[in-house]
Amino acid sequence: MSELDSLYREVILDHYKNPRGHGVIDGADAEAEGQNPLCGDEVSIAVAFDGNTIADVKFQGRGCAISQAATSMLMDMVKGRSAEEVASMSREELLDEVGIPLTPVRLKCALLGLGVLKLALHKGRGTALPEEWAGLDDLELK
Amino acid sequence: MAVSAQPKLDAQRVRADFPIFEHPIHGKPLAYLDSAASSQKPRQVLDAMTTFYETSYANIHRGVYDLAERSTEAYEAARETVRAFVNAGSAREIVFTRNVTAAINTVAYGWGLDNLGPGDLVLATELEHHSNFVPWQYIAGRTGAEFAVVPVDAEGELALDALDGLLERGQPKVLACAAVNNSLGTILPVPRLVEWAHANGALVVVDAAQAAPHTPVDVQALGADFVGFTAHKLCGPTGIGALWGRAELLEAMSPFELGGHMIRKVTVEKTSWNEIPHKFEAGTAAIAEAVGFAAAIDYVTEAGLPAIERHEHELLTHALGRLGEVPGVRLYGPPADRRVGIVSFNLEGVHPHDVAQIVDAEGVAVRAGHHCNQPLMAKLGVNATTRASFYLYTLPEEIDRLVDGLHRARKLFQ
Repeated sequence: MSELDSLYREVILDHYKNPRGHGVIDGADAEAEGQNPLCGDEVSIAVAFDGNTIADVKFQGRGCAISQAATSMLMDMVKGRSAEEVASMSREELLDEVGIPLTPVRLKCALLGLGVLKLALHKGRGTALPEEWAGLDDLELK
Repeated sequence: MAVSAQPKLDAQRVRADFPIFEHPIHGKPLAYLDSAASSQKPRQVLDAMTTFYETSYANIHRGVYDLAERSTEAYEAARETVRAFVNAGSAREIVFTRNVTAAINTVAYGWGLDNLGPGDLVLATELEHHSNFVPWQYIAGRTGAEFAVVPVDAEGELALDALDGLLERGQPKVLACAAVNNSLGTILPVPRLVEWAHANGALVVVDAAQAAPHTPVDVQALGADFVGFTAHKLCGPTGIGALWGRAELLEAMSPFELGGHMIRKVTVEKTSWNEIPHKFEAGTAAIAEAVGFAAAIDYVTEAGLPAIERHEHELLTHALGRLGEVPGVRLYGPPADRRVGIVSFNLEGVHPHDVAQIVDAEGVAVRAGHHCNQPLMAKLGVNATTRASFYLYTLPEEIDRLVDGLHRARKLFQ
């Protein structure tokens, strides 16, 4: 399998073309958005909680296959889990699911959705923010 | 008798000067279509810098020993080469800077902080690279001046009829404009902008980063007040560029960076500034880079800017034609006769990042993203494009390989 075929493996393209959890949540408990300033990828995520549990989560965005597919996969992974658990979720957990070799630049694409979700959880449930976004406020992330 | 043909550039021969092309990418020959971001370097430039370091290097302007004299001479000779390249009236008007961003910040801080205030209008075109946009937006904010843009039309060309309407926003003091836009390759009508700006009391700061490598830039003919350009886009090293400014403006302007070399006399009470251009060259300069800058100018001049221009125009016409054949490709920017060898496009259903990654597997290097042109991207209704840009070493078959890569991307994403 060529490098390219392993990067754009079928599951990535499937999530890109048919994203799971794509859309908005009316009356969402928390929303956040973020951009990858390198390429202009955008992701916004809405969360509805049941107590501290993520009852529903949806995203919208435009960007490369990696950023949109990784965010789509993330939606599947976090529904039903607690805000605290997801706030402390490691990037490796998502990257294992994405399962493709990523250069440092593309890594940022793959992790954009996770960062935005953690920001939404921070806004909605006061959980910790990812280290790389410490010191930024919401406006700068938009 | 046959009419003598204008000298044609032999890109295959030019390529032999560029060691980078000896190194395959993913096992394929490199098709480097990202020269608008930075050009590759010919052996002549690399050798000039190496030889300088090996034979003539010392810190400049202070030492009295032979080596320091020689080093200073090489640095100042480079300034003279840069002066001649842009036809400046005097080498005193050539300030070495880190790059165009530093050149514009030098003017924005040095001139802007002292000369802008409430009621004043700071203008930048919507075609500006962030480097000639953000400093002006910021300094306008710092000084209380109004900031506004000269808009572009749907083709990516300036809407000049919008200029007079901007006069309602304040007294124009400065207009920031690129000579050539870096995403679309649009050639801006600088002399017309200068005429309008001067008639309305504004200075003009030209970003010639994308123009100087491809087309003769004559600062006296342009009529502007400041012009910035950079070495690394014209076959030279990174870390050095130049700011040309009218001597009387540079003389009246405050320094931007403070420290060594830019001083005349320092006492505990007060410091006075060195004469221009040294007033703007604080700290140890990029000395070998200046030598490389001059070698790059010599290289490009020997190839001939008119020949380079023609070569790139042929590539551009070829690229617009070939890319236009690919289903789902949307091309941005003006027709070939009003742009340089830069093509921005999108492939339907495939993000530019993915396009760039897929063609990279074929050894084709293109840029994907907003190209530091976010206001323009917003106007075009996109958040990114794929950009292919050409230079004197570019071959038409490299563009064909890009087109093959686009077909592959379509197949992968269908």
